[in-house]
Amino acid sequence: MSTSTAQEARPELSKARVRGDHPIRSFLRRFSRNRLAVFGAVVIGLMILIALLAPLIAPYGPNAQDYEASLQNESFRHPMGADLSGRDQLSRIIYGARISVQASLYAVGIALLIGVPVGLLTGYYRGFWDEWVVMRIVDTLQAFPFLILALALAATLGGGFGKAMIAIGIGFSPGFIRIVRAQVMTVSGQEFVQAAKSTGVKDFRILTRHILPNSMAPLLVQTTLAMGSAILAEAALSFLGLGVQPPTPSWGKMLAESKDYLNVAPHLAYWPGLGIFLAVLGFNLMGDGVREALDPRIGHR
Amino acid sequence: MAYVLRRLALSIPTLLLGSILVFSLIHLIPGDVATVVLGQEATEEAKEAFRRQLGLDRPMVVQYFAWLGNVLTGDLGNSFVDRTPVLELILQRLPATIELTIGTFIVALLIAVPTGILSAVRRGGFVDYFSTLFALGGMSFPSFALAYLLIIVFAINLKWLPASGYVPFTEDPVGNLKVMLLPMIATGIREAALLMRMLRSSLLEVLGSEYVRVARAKGLNQRVVVMRHALRNALVPVLTAAGLLVAGLLGGLVITETLFGIPGFGRLIVESIFRRDYITVQGAILVSALLVVLINLMVDLLYVVVDPRIKLAKGG
Repeated sequence: MSTSTAQEARPELSKARVRGDHPIRSFLRRFSRNRLAVFGAVVIGLMILIALLAPLIAPYGPNAQDYEASLQNESFRHPMGADLSGRDQLSRIIYGARISVQASLYAVGIALLIGVPVGLLTGYYRGFWDEWVVMRIVDTLQAFPFLILALALAATLGGGFGKAMIAIGIGFSPGFIRIVRAQVMTVSGQEFVQAAKSTGVKDFRILTRHILPNSMAPLLVQTTLAMGSAILAEAALSFLGLGVQPPTPSWGKMLAESKDYLNVAPHLAYWPGLGIFLAVLGFNLMGDGVREALDPRIGHR
Repeated sequence: MAYVLRRLALSIPTLLLGSILVFSLIHLIPGDVATVVLGQEATEEAKEAFRRQLGLDRPMVVQYFAWLGNVLTGDLGNSFVDRTPVLELILQRLPATIELTIGTFIVALLIAVPTGILSAVRRGGFVDYFSTLFALGGMSFPSFALAYLLIIVFAINLKWLPASGYVPFTEDPVGNLKVMLLPMIATGIREAALLMRMLRSSLLEVLGSEYVRVARAKGLNQRVVVMRHALRNALVPVLTAAGLLVAGLLGGLVITETLFGIPGFGRLIVESIFRRDYITVQGAILVSALLVVLINLMVDLLYVVVDPRIKLAKGG
């Protein structure tokens, strides 16, 4: 039964190697031919740039108040309008990009820190620990609706950005464990691994030098897609009041705060909503592009 | 049959482990639970009474089994805030959530089935192109941002539908549906996008298979081939996927319900978190996992009914 998950794995990179082309170069070539994926990468690149340069490019501080501009529409002084306390919406969107970028890095980083070692070990050694302990825990975590689990974890840990990141990271880890584990199972059955084993190479070396590098493809896809989901999850938790605490600007929190003024100042909802949408779309397009570039057989189905 | 039993057996450790996780949640709260719930200014006696009442003074293992025993008899404890039995609170809130779930799936299917079929049959055509764009957007558009857009357009500008003011279906069916329609669309679009993509690729695969070519070679027209032969088989994987979507949907409804002020299960969790009513949070999370496990079990069993090949193959 343990082999049923193994079908998902494909020896993507080996083909490129046979042709004598460097795998990374051939990956980049295929990726760059996918116009949507490039668009996604550009959007993400811009977002990262905006986040890094926030203090330089934001016209005002994220919490600077201009009471005369309260709830004002888009204007020359405030290109995206201003909120109730007259804070410049554009500046808050720019600073909010920082939170989104951080969310995608921290939450997915935590999920990788848990998922990669656990997936490697269980997929390689299998047996009791794999089947009866780790996979049952993974099943259990996946039985909870993700957002409800993250919400409960964030709430019990005490709320705030850091706690929310831990909660989202833990919620994502089962997916990473599964993907790494399945990939390890296929790769470790292949001849080169068997050959390494038979020449007495240590398990640790086999895992880190042979199995992990050959398991990267699906992991890369999953990581890209999860970064988009992390932004969505952070926005959701902040929206519900369990993520970033005010006055730090987060797109999710800004959306939540706009709710009472929708009839007079709908621009307060449009811009953060657009920000979240573009960020998630960017990662989704990039993830699809990575998947297709790594596995040319998928093509444009 | 063996498959069914195996499936049942596998869900037991999941539920047990889930119960341990849910149980430990309340102990993960940093600091003293009694102080967190009752507040800093509570007297030491009140805190002591609170701890004794919850059994927090006993060893963890004893507490767990006592709690599990109660849970198995349907006793999820009483709300920290108003002493109402937690199960009662949950049961009050479930109907609205169930209605939303069903409505969301109806919205999703109404969009996904026709567009999915059309884009697979006329692959590369106008509908296919358009629905690919829709799917890309739908999967990335957060349901709460979509909800805002719907409220601005349909509630504020056009004034067709209300953005809040929930009434139970049993009291005013029309009024209820009016309030529920926007939330159903807000959550349904994403599910529609996911289902549509799955139906499309699954249908494309089936349409390329041997027996469909045979059916075509027999001279059956396109409509019969697609509707009678291909669709049924293409729906099998989509069905399982739909089952898996329910878990995500339950999570998404937390936000939709909060936004539209619908007294559902998800909003109960959010409200309880902010009222520090952790025992209600605990019960509600347990019930959410139970629901997901039950729905997936049902989908798996349905799968056996739809696809007889499963019985012969090994599960897992």
